[in-house]
Amino acid sequence: MKPVKFDYYAPASVDEALDTLAELGYDGKVLAGGQSLIAAMNFRMARPAALVDLNNVPELSYINPTPEGGLAIGTMTRVYQVEHDPEVAKRFPLLPEVAKFIAHSQIRRRGTFGGAIAHADPAGQLPSIAVTMDANLLIRGKGKERWVKAADLIIGPFMTTIEPDEMLAEVVLSANPPRTGSNYQQVSRQSGGYAQAAVASIVTLDENNLCKAVRLVLMSVGEVPILSQKASQILVGHVPTADAFKAVAEAAATSEIDPATDLHATAKYRRNLIRVLVARSLAEAFGRAKRGG
Amino acid sequence: MTGKYFGQPIKRLEDKHLLSGRAKFIDDIEIPGMLHAAFLRSDYAHAIIKKIDVSEARKHPGVVAVYTAEDFGDYWKPGPLQVPPPTAIKGSQFNARTLVPIAKGKVRFSGEPVAIVIAESRYIAEDALEDIIFDAEPLPAVIDLEKAWEDTSVKVHDDLPSNLAALVKQEAGNYEEAKKQADVVVSRKLYADRVAGAAMENRGFVVNWDERNQEMVVWATTQAPLPLRIAIAGKMNLIENQVRVITPFIGGGFGPKIMTSQADDVLLPWISMKLNKPIKWLEDRRENFLATTSERDQVHYCEIALKKDGTILGFKDVFYHNTGAYDPYGMTVPLNTQTHTVSNYRIPNFYTEIRMVFTNEMVVTPVRGAGRPEGVFVMERMMDAAAKELKMDPAEIRMKNLLKPEEFPLKTGIIGQDFVEGVLDSGDYKGNLVKLLEMVEYEKFRKEIQPQARKEGKHLGIGVVAFTEGTAVGPYEGARVTIGNNGKVSVATGISTQGQGHFTVFAQIVAEQLNVKVEDVKVITGDTNHFHWGAGTFASRGATIAGTAIHNASVLVRQKIFATASKFLGVPEDQVELCEGSVCVKGKPEISISLGELAGKANPMRGAVEADVKPGLEATAYFAPPHGATGSGACAIIVDVDPETLKIKIDRLVLVHDCGTVINPLLLEGQIQGAISMGIGNAFYEKIVYDENGQLLTASFMDYLMPQATDMPNKMEIGHLHTSSPLNPLGMKGVGEAGAIPTPPAFVQAVEDALIEYNLDIADSNLNPSMIFEYMHRSKK
Repeated sequence: MKPVKFDYYAPASVDEALDTLAELGYDGKVLAGGQSLIAAMNFRMARPAALVDLNNVPELSYINPTPEGGLAIGTMTRVYQVEHDPEVAKRFPLLPEVAKFIAHSQIRRRGTFGGAIAHADPAGQLPSIAVTMDANLLIRGKGKERWVKAADLIIGPFMTTIEPDEMLAEVVLSANPPRTGSNYQQVSRQSGGYAQAAVASIVTLDENNLCKAVRLVLMSVGEVPILSQKASQILVGHVPTADAFKAVAEAAATSEIDPATDLHATAKYRRNLIRVLVARSLAEAFGRAKRGG
Repeated sequence: MTGKYFGQPIKRLEDKHLLSGRAKFIDDIEIPGMLHAAFLRSDYAHAIIKKIDVSEARKHPGVVAVYTAEDFGDYWKPGPLQVPPPTAIKGSQFNARTLVPIAKGKVRFSGEPVAIVIAESRYIAEDALEDIIFDAEPLPAVIDLEKAWEDTSVKVHDDLPSNLAALVKQEAGNYEEAKKQADVVVSRKLYADRVAGAAMENRGFVVNWDERNQEMVVWATTQAPLPLRIAIAGKMNLIENQVRVITPFIGGGFGPKIMTSQADDVLLPWISMKLNKPIKWLEDRRENFLATTSERDQVHYCEIALKKDGTILGFKDVFYHNTGAYDPYGMTVPLNTQTHTVSNYRIPNFYTEIRMVFTNEMVVTPVRGAGRPEGVFVMERMMDAAAKELKMDPAEIRMKNLLKPEEFPLKTGIIGQDFVEGVLDSGDYKGNLVKLLEMVEYEKFRKEIQPQARKEGKHLGIGVVAFTEGTAVGPYEGARVTIGNNGKVSVATGISTQGQGHFTVFAQIVAEQLNVKVEDVKVITGDTNHFHWGAGTFASRGATIAGTAIHNASVLVRQKIFATASKFLGVPEDQVELCEGSVCVKGKPEISISLGELAGKANPMRGAVEADVKPGLEATAYFAPPHGATGSGACAIIVDVDPETLKIKIDRLVLVHDCGTVINPLLLEGQIQGAISMGIGNAFYEKIVYDENGQLLTASFMDYLMPQATDMPNKMEIGHLHTSSPLNPLGMKGVGEAGAIPTPPAFVQAVEDALIEYNLDIADSNLNPSMIFEYMHRSKK
């Protein structure tokens, strides 16, 4: 389990990193926390000709408030920092709630927020959470930059629209409206293990306690994070009741997912999990919204 | 039996060294000019080799040599039978097909080595593997045990009439007659799933042929340094003392490291001698999963015959045992299954039949438990089935049939892995369960806790099982105890150590006899230049067999101290006593001589000594038991099951055990905890899975789930019972495998109990939530 020979670049600034990526083209691969890439290289499943290591670029690691009340998170910010940042906890309690499901604290200290999103592992929590939170992603290349929504970035398992000469530089999370609640539910074989199925939800109530908005994402039951359309159709404009949650759960479990059977779970069991977890997650999220988020 | 040192909860002496990262492991061995090896392994499970073209690999810069089977000439031979079958079992059949060092003509399991590259670094060696063209014609893979047994099956070994590796029938009493007397007969088909040893450190091997000294030094992660030395010397046509095997610190053994006939063991010494170079090979995790041995994988057809009141009249078990592609370890594992199926209970009539079968899978040899967990699993499952049938409480039916102290020693009529008829030497099996039920508050759980939890919507369930652990088997071990001129003591033994705490417990045994501080006892294990007789570390025999040899040697040294001191102090022996680190005259502590000084006097450099006096304060002793000593215990698990997601939390885990005399209660508890974690892994996480083409689906920790600290219950409650074994002077029984044995059946029983309304009838030793969901779904229909 030794990687194939590769070149190694350690730029000290974003500009230098982008220059290097532009030069390397298809040969270059960004190294962030390395918690997935290095293992894949050791298995020789990933064989990049060159690594561009961002760990020496301090300007990519930050959590800054945005003027609109949201947060901008630099791509190299460690998951552990996001997990323990008081501003994050105050504005987006979903993030620390999810973070404790991501592997173990040693791995979270090394793994990066942006790296996990750009890796687009269908079983990874952060790509799904980025979709749930409708994150805006800043993609930069040499002399160019563009913004893309998380749902548009991820186009398949481990596939994104990031070009070889580009990198994910920043994740911007917009402030939640008042009376917003969120919740994360996951079932995995082991603590810190891959999810057999997981559900994240962010819901907002209006002044009449009707559902104003809902973003429900189903994870590990398809090739990409699945944003439930049924949830919006069934819930928006209505009183969120246990029966309504059940209806969403049933619709999601039967028509919105495409779970696989593998060593650890059958597709049928995964559908069952989605049914159970959707109802639990919505109940909890609306409860929190009612209590003020 | 507690003394000044013996029996005390002394913290591990080796931990400071280990935890501060200063211990030497095999990857720390660096020798100038050392080369590195990597194996090309077959992707096919079963195939005829057409061509292996290594010409490009040989040209790869940095590559020193590439070999396939043909390059080894006459050196290529199937390996030795590491454990022959017992000859005492009448009418048994056994077909030895031992491991080949590297595939020739045919590959028989996915992961079998087909070529080896020697290069300047492991990186280059792995690069060069990709330059080898391996062309083979795939054959259908033999995977299903029962189909493999049929004469019509594709054969793993073409020169055999079938895939029969062994057929063993043993009977005590007469089962069919007993069945006629029975009120009820319950039958089940049960599965014992396969698990890996999965030690923290994989296997490793460094070999250095020293042309000038005509000596071969081998560093290996072996549980059996002396058998490895014999094997290498035999293969290389050297006398044993030209081969020195050293086992440094090892990150866990768990069974698979007992093997001495794997590709690395056999090929690397030859290559080192041919190239006259030191060579290092460190197995990676994928190789460990694919090609190092693993265990369990049995299919049992069981029948239990009982009276209405729950008294067992007889038990019948016909089982298929997967030995994998070869059977170098004989029948040890299934024999252990046979002996452990009935050893808890009073079962007058027992029929047991092993159908050991070759398949296109990695080889099966012992993994912690070594056949015992399978035997206990099927017996305990059958007790559950019987209890259900008779509408009895699972604890009650066990209580009725467990052996009592006055029934020992008990001959079982079944010949086991130690080649003699099983004798349960001592114990109080019923007492184990009584104590367990008290500790777990069984009555209260059934009457109050469980019903109350149900009212609150919580599904709690309990499982209670009994088990035995055959331990402390022969043939023998030895030790040499020496007092140095500095007054410190060294003790050398032939076994090796993989983390058990030998450096501490052996020191305690010596310190107790010689009245020296434990810190002043240096334990040397696993260096064949220090001690060159012994069999190895397995079957819970380190502390019991090597420990007893150490005790015996210490007693001899103590006698010599008294004899020598008597002479130098000028008083009779009965007037001499051991003070800490010195010898003094009784009642006159001011007249004394330090042990170090006495050791010097016992080894004079000039002058004359009496003809029959051996130099120094030193003695060598051996210990060989007539047969193994049997430990026992009982285990309870309480689970909390979410009936919707099937997530399971272990609320409580209680284990009562009886390993006779305890050397160190702290280490004992640690060892039981470690084995329990393995048992929980076996019950709910770890499982080796092959697909129908013989491809291993669990070749990494992503798919093979190891239990983690975070998966363990908050507390493991351990209770002790003590019945001395009459088989050794200290009254010890082994305990290394105890925790791993009862956990799966207790877990399964608890899960069934938590979901009692579904009337599950679980047949598998390894569960996962999805599988329980499928069981529930089936039972609903």
